[in-house]
Amino acid sequence: MSNVPWWASESFWRKTAIWVTAGMTLVLIALTFDTVKVITAGHSRVPAYEVINKRIYYRMNTKRKFQEPVIGEDAPLFGKMLSPEEAEAMVSHGKMTVQAKNCGSCHTLLGNGAYYAPDLTKAWLDPAWAGESVRETLMVQFLLDPTTNARGFGSTRRMPNLHLTEEEARAVVAFLKWTSAIDTTGFPRNFTPVAQEGDL
Amino acid sequence: MSTAKITGIAALDGGQRLAVKYFAVAIVLFGAQILFGLLAGFQYLSPDFLYGVVDFSVNRMVHINAMIVWMLFGFIGSIYWLIEDESGTEVVGLWLGNLAFWLFTIAVVIVVVVYLVIQTGPGQIESIWFINEGREYIEAPRWADVGIVVCLLIFFYNVAATFMKGRWSGIAGVLVLDLVAVAGMYLTGMFYSPNLSMDQFWWWWVIHLWVEATWEVLVGCIMAWGLIKTLGARRQIVTTWLYIEVALMLGSGILGLGHHYFWIGTPEYWLTVGGFFSALEPVPLVAMVVHAVYDSGVHRFKSPNHPALAWLIAHAFGNFFGAGVWGFMHTLPQVNIYTHGTQWSASHGHFAFFGAYATMNIAVFYIAAQRWRGNVNFGGGLVDNGWKWKWALGLLNGGVVGMTMALLVSGYDQVFIERALEGATWSGFFKAQQNVWYLQGMWWRQIFGYMTLAGFFLLVWDLMTIGVRETRPAVFPTEVAEHAA
Ligand code: HEC
Ligand code: HEM
Ligand code: HEM
Ligand SMILES: [Fe+2]
Repeated sequence: MSNVPWWASESFWRKTAIWVTAGMTLVLIALTFDTVKVITAGHSRVPAYEVINKRIYYRMNTKRKFQEPVIGEDAPLFGKMLSPEEAEAMVSHGKMTVQAKNCGSCHTLLGNGAYYAPDLTKAWLDPAWAGESVRETLMVQFLLDPTTNARGFGSTRRMPNLHLTEEEARAVVAFLKWTSAIDTTGFPRNFTPVAQEGDL
Repeated sequence: MSTAKITGIAALDGGQRLAVKYFAVAIVLFGAQILFGLLAGFQYLSPDFLYGVVDFSVNRMVHINAMIVWMLFGFIGSIYWLIEDESGTEVVGLWLGNLAFWLFTIAVVIVVVVYLVIQTGPGQIESIWFINEGREYIEAPRWADVGIVVCLLIFFYNVAATFMKGRWSGIAGVLVLDLVAVAGMYLTGMFYSPNLSMDQFWWWWVIHLWVEATWEVLVGCIMAWGLIKTLGARRQIVTTWLYIEVALMLGSGILGLGHHYFWIGTPEYWLTVGGFFSALEPVPLVAMVVHAVYDSGVHRFKSPNHPALAWLIAHAFGNFFGAGVWGFMHTLPQVNIYTHGTQWSASHGHFAFFGAYATMNIAVFYIAAQRWRGNVNFGGGLVDNGWKWKWALGLLNGGVVGMTMALLVSGYDQVFIERALEGATWSGFFKAQQNVWYLQGMWWRQIFGYMTLAGFFLLVWDLMTIGVRETRPAVFPTEVAEHAA
């Protein structure tokens, strides 16, 4: 075996495999520390839960060259200003409902999940909710009875009734309002938001 | 020459007896995966089918969960299959292994029954603990997560302790370290967070670091052993290749994780890191194709187990095309911003999981079947010319490649219409879903799905019958090669 050059030898590649793996793992860990900090709710890119007390716009940033969420003035959800704790509890209840009902096995959220139904990341801002004065009510109504309130836009595909309680439906709306304020680096591109008071 | 061939359980060592149990459950779950995939696919074409009874979400969940579990069962079985041979000693805690097998299997049955009967729960933590977790691929409720971790730990103990007692090898070393990572990654998916970005950040540690890092290394180990067994490839060369593959795979795949961190609220440096490293991920997959083809060529495709060798080659190509090529096509952020979360992803997902992991498991099933039948010849000149395995190979691969192409057409249409033109709104989504070419893709996916099902039935039939009437003993190349070397 002495005729095997060093670069083809077993021991050289064993060492390389170990060093490469260790090195990449360390870089990943370092980046993870930074990312976890940045995506903590209330840091720069992921909003604090009280954002559900505010109006959320989705506007073009000419420097970044894509749209980004812009937090506006007070616009309390269901007419009630919430404390940071109350807001977190409500968003969390919505998230828990989304998991327990497995919404992500038909929909995508942040683009991940299933492809049977529309992406929900910006559902709060979807133009199909007509306008901001009726949006909250329409969303709750839809979630409570998606069969009767089906739209489909010409398709017969409907969302089934998942038997949410009214409280769960409202919490889901809070959760979706919060997700619409996450800075997703321009995803989905070219999205047309619903018309809102204070639009430019 | 031996007179009577020893078949069935009597032909197996202890680890192998446990392995065939895992294989049996894996095959049943593979069937369940296809069945529920077809139900979900049919609901795209006829949305009222089982609406409100067994909804798309339920069928899809069973479809992909059955997949994850059957592949895990297949891998665990494969390792138990080779471990006594590789370590030169008996499995240390076989009874523990058996216990874990039954625990795991019973847990799977309970989980599936709850999925189908109870389906969903109220928006409370109890639902996540006992019904489903609502996160793709790892929907299994938390109690089952705990069970899975316990079973994986038992498995890890058995593997590590057995090699410790017997002899180590390069393959053994890689395998043991890799299993630590497989179990470790799973833990990162076991907590609740109200923060969706945080949730998905860690969720990808399980999904991506499993399929694009730890599982790749795991099948690399099985492949290495398989090439030695089916072709008689030289151990030293195979081990060196394994190290090269590990270096390239983990060198690109670990930071390649970043291709899932483009749009989920994570910082923008991931566009560069994820784009760059994931674009390198196909490199080791090319190397594996070269390796498999080269080895097969050097040994002139002489193998006493043609179906196993054919599936190993299918693995090399499927891994390269499904993961490498299909993955590369949408991995750059400039492309992914449009394709992210469309049928495009489904096209890649099907091709990659089948091409990389279903194939490898099926290859091991054939290696196992040969021993079970008393080490008879599975090479050329099988009694009925081996039509069953050949057709099963063709129908399964043809079916999945057909589904992949159909989904690709639908995916492109969806990307153009919903994403590029309509900006991904609710109405834009449905505009794409009703596009005539999109719909044709959905029909073809279903038709190729039936083809896949036919291949599955044939595969099961073949595994149950291949070599039963064969009497010529297999001539194993290992002995030839090692003695000649
Ligand atoms: C069985 C599949 C399925 C499940 C599960 C499901 N949905 Fe839907 N959903 C749909 C379909 C299909 C539509 C489109 C319905 C229509 O247009 O009438 C839809 C539409 C919606 C919409 C309006 C779309 C938009 O872009 O604003 C929202 C909001 C929504 N779903 C939320 C949810 C939530 C929250 C859950 C979980 C509690 C959920 N869905 C679970 C299939 C599903
Ligand atoms: C045999 C017929 C099959 C049919 C009809 C089928 C159908 C489906 C359907 C309808 C979905 C849901 C996609 C969506 O959300 O829109 C799905 C998802 C999936 N299937 Fe299949 N499937 C089949 C076989 C397979 C096989 C053999 C594999 C792999 C071994 C596989 C792996 C997957 C994966 C990984 C996903 C998730 C994809 C993603 O989220 O991107 N399927 N399948
Ligand atoms: C065997 C290895 C692989 C398997 C089994 C696999 C499987 C999958 C699956 C199932 C998904 C969909 C995830 C979801 O449900 O959201 C996915 C997504 C993705 N994969 Fe892979 N993959 C593999 C390798 C690769 C490689 C090597 C690359 C790149 C070169 C790649 C690039 C991607 C990208 C970019 C996505 C994101 C798709 C999106 O944005 O929706 N994959 N993969
Ligand atoms: Fe990935």
